[in-house]
Amino acid sequence: MSTLLYLLAGVGLVAMGLHALFVHTHLLRQVLALNILSTGVFLLFIAWGSRSPADHADPVAQALVLTGIVVAVSATALALALAVRIKQTTGKSSLSDEADV
Amino acid sequence: MNEGGLVLLAILLTSLIPGLVIFFLAETSVRLRTAINLAGALLKLLLLLWVMYRVGQGDIYELRWPFLPGIDLVLRADYLAVFFGTLSAVLWLLTTLYAVGYLEGSPHRSRFFGFFSLCVFSTTGIALAGNLPTFFVFYELLTLTTYPLVVHRGTAEAFRAGRVYLVYTLGGGVVLLLGVVWLTVLAGPADFAHPAGLEAVYAQQPITLALMFALLVAGLGVKAALFPLHGWLPVAMVAPAPVSALLHAVAVVKAGAFGVVRVVYDVFGVDLLDRLELGLPLALWAAVTILYGSLMALRQDDLKRRLAYSTVSQVSYIVLGVALLGPLATAGGLVHLVHQGLMKITLFLCAGNFSEVLSVKKVSQMAGIGQRMPWSMAAFSLAALGMVGLPPLVGFYSKWYLGLGALESSYPAFVLVLLASSLLNAAYFLPILYTAWFVAPRADVPRPSQSGGETSWMLLLPPLATSLLVLGMGLLADAPFSPLVWARRFAQGEYDP
Amino acid sequence: MSELPWIVWAVLIPLAGAVLAFLWPAQGARVALLVWLGTGVAVLGLSLQLIQSGVQRYAVGGWHPPLGISLHADGLSTLMLLLTALVFGPIMLYALAYFKNPAHPFWALSLFLWTALNALFVSGDVFNVYVSLELLGLSAVALTALGGQARALVAAYRYLLASLLGSLVYLLGVGLLYAEYATLDLQTLGRVISLDPASAVALALMTTGLLLKTALFPLHFWLPPAHASATAPVSALLSGLVVKGSLYLLLRLWLEVFPTEATSGLLLGLLGAGAVFWGSLYALRARELKPLIAYSTVAQLGYPFLAFPMLGAGGEVVVVYFVLSHAFAKAAMFLAAGSVLLAFGHDRLSELRGLLQSLPLSVAAFALAGTSLMGLPPSGGFVAKWLLLQASIAAGQWLWAVVALLGGLLSAGYVFRILTRAIADPKQPAQPKAAFPMVELVALALAIVSVLLGFLALPVLRLLEVGR
Repeated sequence: MSTLLYLLAGVGLVAMGLHALFVHTHLLRQVLALNILSTGVFLLFIAWGSRSPADHADPVAQALVLTGIVVAVSATALALALAVRIKQTTGKSSLSDEADV
Repeated sequence: MNEGGLVLLAILLTSLIPGLVIFFLAETSVRLRTAINLAGALLKLLLLLWVMYRVGQGDIYELRWPFLPGIDLVLRADYLAVFFGTLSAVLWLLTTLYAVGYLEGSPHRSRFFGFFSLCVFSTTGIALAGNLPTFFVFYELLTLTTYPLVVHRGTAEAFRAGRVYLVYTLGGGVVLLLGVVWLTVLAGPADFAHPAGLEAVYAQQPITLALMFALLVAGLGVKAALFPLHGWLPVAMVAPAPVSALLHAVAVVKAGAFGVVRVVYDVFGVDLLDRLELGLPLALWAAVTILYGSLMALRQDDLKRRLAYSTVSQVSYIVLGVALLGPLATAGGLVHLVHQGLMKITLFLCAGNFSEVLSVKKVSQMAGIGQRMPWSMAAFSLAALGMVGLPPLVGFYSKWYLGLGALESSYPAFVLVLLASSLLNAAYFLPILYTAWFVAPRADVPRPSQSGGETSWMLLLPPLATSLLVLGMGLLADAPFSPLVWARRFAQGEYDP
Repeated sequence: MSELPWIVWAVLIPLAGAVLAFLWPAQGARVALLVWLGTGVAVLGLSLQLIQSGVQRYAVGGWHPPLGISLHADGLSTLMLLLTALVFGPIMLYALAYFKNPAHPFWALSLFLWTALNALFVSGDVFNVYVSLELLGLSAVALTALGGQARALVAAYRYLLASLLGSLVYLLGVGLLYAEYATLDLQTLGRVISLDPASAVALALMTTGLLLKTALFPLHFWLPPAHASATAPVSALLSGLVVKGSLYLLLRLWLEVFPTEATSGLLLGLLGAGAVFWGSLYALRARELKPLIAYSTVAQLGYPFLAFPMLGAGGEVVVVYFVLSHAFAKAAMFLAAGSVLLAFGHDRLSELRGLLQSLPLSVAAFALAGTSLMGLPPSGGFVAKWLLLQASIAAGQWLWAVVALLGGLLSAGYVFRILTRAIADPKQPAQPKAAFPMVELVALALAIVSVLLGFLALPVLRLLEVGR
């Protein structure tokens, strides 16, 4: 039962993240959207991991999520650094429709 | 690698290396550039003559490089290869000399002569190619190396012409490539020396085979300027005179015609084409182009454009000779490969002289030009009479064999096409000769300024030499190693093995 | 010699170099060149091992999957490692002359990039692949941002979003597969996988994520601004190598993991065709050199996908040969464009008349690399096109042959846009700010390799067959 809850929560987070990523143009909101998206993915991993036949959770899935979180943190750091530089250089904090190239 | 293979490689390198070296020479080092050019050209000619002699003795010269699984890049000196290769070597030598004189003092000469050599490199490769993939490689290389020559003048008009040239030739290349790969997939890779087992394909899917033939000939037809694929040729006339001469006499249009010869004899074979009944359509296509080119030439006042349409018409003689699928017509078509080259290069070089010395570019301005530039005009006249088919000039022999071949074939009516075309040749060349020799010069055409001769010897010697060949090869048509004898020998080999 | 685990060194040397260059930036350039040497030796050693004794495997630290990391190199991996080393070296020489700054952050970042690529090529399981992909994406984004201007920063940011989104979608697919088969190992997965709905969704997710990273039309939107606004050596890395990383992975997954009935590849072929036309049309309309080359990348990335419907029937060779020849040709073009920028401070096509006189070697690089992009002989691009035609005619799938031929004509259109301007006489001759023989020669060398690939098909194909 609780597995289903996790699954649904994961799917919900993924959907929210995706939606926000495509709708918002503010730099910070986009970074947040990606974080929510990745949290959703990790939650799904945990949910799938707990479905394994043994009574304990699958350690591999947990290890994967741990690695995933590390990656997500560094990606977030880079995104934030870029966002700050964009704000400093252009004075804008959202990506409006620039012409391509 | 055998010794023969090395010789073939050397023949290619005699124009590749000069071409690459010349790119790095300063504009001002005229002597060094000329020396490298002429040395390369002479060496190539000597090597080719040697190979010609040895091939006549029955030696085999071959070079292979693995290209893809089962497919090699092959160079091989057979009768046709030596035939075409020697023609391009002789005419290149003369045209180089002419170009040195013609471009004296003009900008970008290192670039010009570099690409000029690369262009001959490609043509030689086309001549020596031993299978269709190799042929295609050099065929496309020729497109790329001639483009800078076509746009050499750098004017807006030249770039427009260059664009037209690219669209036509690259488009043709695409069609040809499709045909080549399709053939390779269906029948396996095959050398010209050992034609593929197309019989099996014929038994199962004759229509496919005919379609492949159509693709190959259409792709080649662009460069051979078969109507209506000839559109690039008159436009490309903006190129400098030596380029036009080379394009028309040996390089581009002949590459197309030579390809048709290869496809007919060494890929499909006469026998198979006969059973597929593809000879007649090809012959009809050539006949239409012959008449169309002649009629268009009649209407041009611009001398170079008139010569260009004449080329459209004359190159199709070669295709017609091949398409009639008989020994005599083959000999006629094949020998026209050489004969047309000699005559057309003379005409273009002379036209270049007229425009260079007197700024005469139109037929209507040529009144009395024979008195102003007698040597050039004499050479021009000899070549023009040859084109008309006057014996004993070389053009006569081409037409004679083609005519006999037509009569001997299943479709003797083609002899009428030849007659009509000869009349048209006369109609567009003889008035030029008449005006040039017998009409009084116009006052506004200046006299040549040099006191010594009508123009520099470098501009005069090449057309005189080729015009003498037009006469000499006609007189010595039966001598051993004359092109006619070689063409006959090839035709015999094809038809009674 | 032959017992050394070269496969490990191929990843460890660039990693150690990256950390070193990061901690000790003043020696960045020197470290990078040493890494080039070391990795070159490692990759050559691995190739020899491969030729002598077949596929190489290594379990790092003796830990076996699923918890440990297992490395795996067959002919395809080794070919990609060789390609990376061969393209990376010249780009580093170029960067040395281009940045004129041995302490530039380029060195550490590019070494991280190299680590990521090599790790990706030798990864034996789908999760390590994910980690490598992320490292690849992050270092590529950071390199893009080095351009510094607003344009480059925004492009890098968009690139980052696209790259992260792609990875997460891929990861979602990985999770689904793991939930069902409880393994991450590529080869094991290939043996046990079946085509049920969950697997199908997983495959679709993984493919979509990777297509976004490979920038296949219509998921290419992020590529042109990023590749056009990065500095020249970075653009060369991005177009030449980085997009090939995810493309390599797609090839491996479709070839070895996904069940064949799921992989008709028709959709990918159609998207590839779309890419060829879309990218070419934009390249024909571009006003500056680097955007033109970037859109050409969009178009050229379509060709390998034309072969996806023929995977297993000669298509895989086509993909690899397109990847190889495009890597060299495109790196050469971006580097030559960088020379133009160095010399004139701009790359507006309308003002490039007379380029042949001022930068003849760069024009030669454009011409030779362009020959390969057009697929004209003799060049690697021609071999790739020939193989594609051969495979599609043999399979009776004519559409792909026709697309490739038309695409070749379109690419001739944009390549000659550069060349005709270069040979035209300038109205006023522009003088370059200085001479850059080293910079120009490197670009020319890469272009020459892209042409020479036209004669090296047999050894390349033979290496590719190891382990197949």
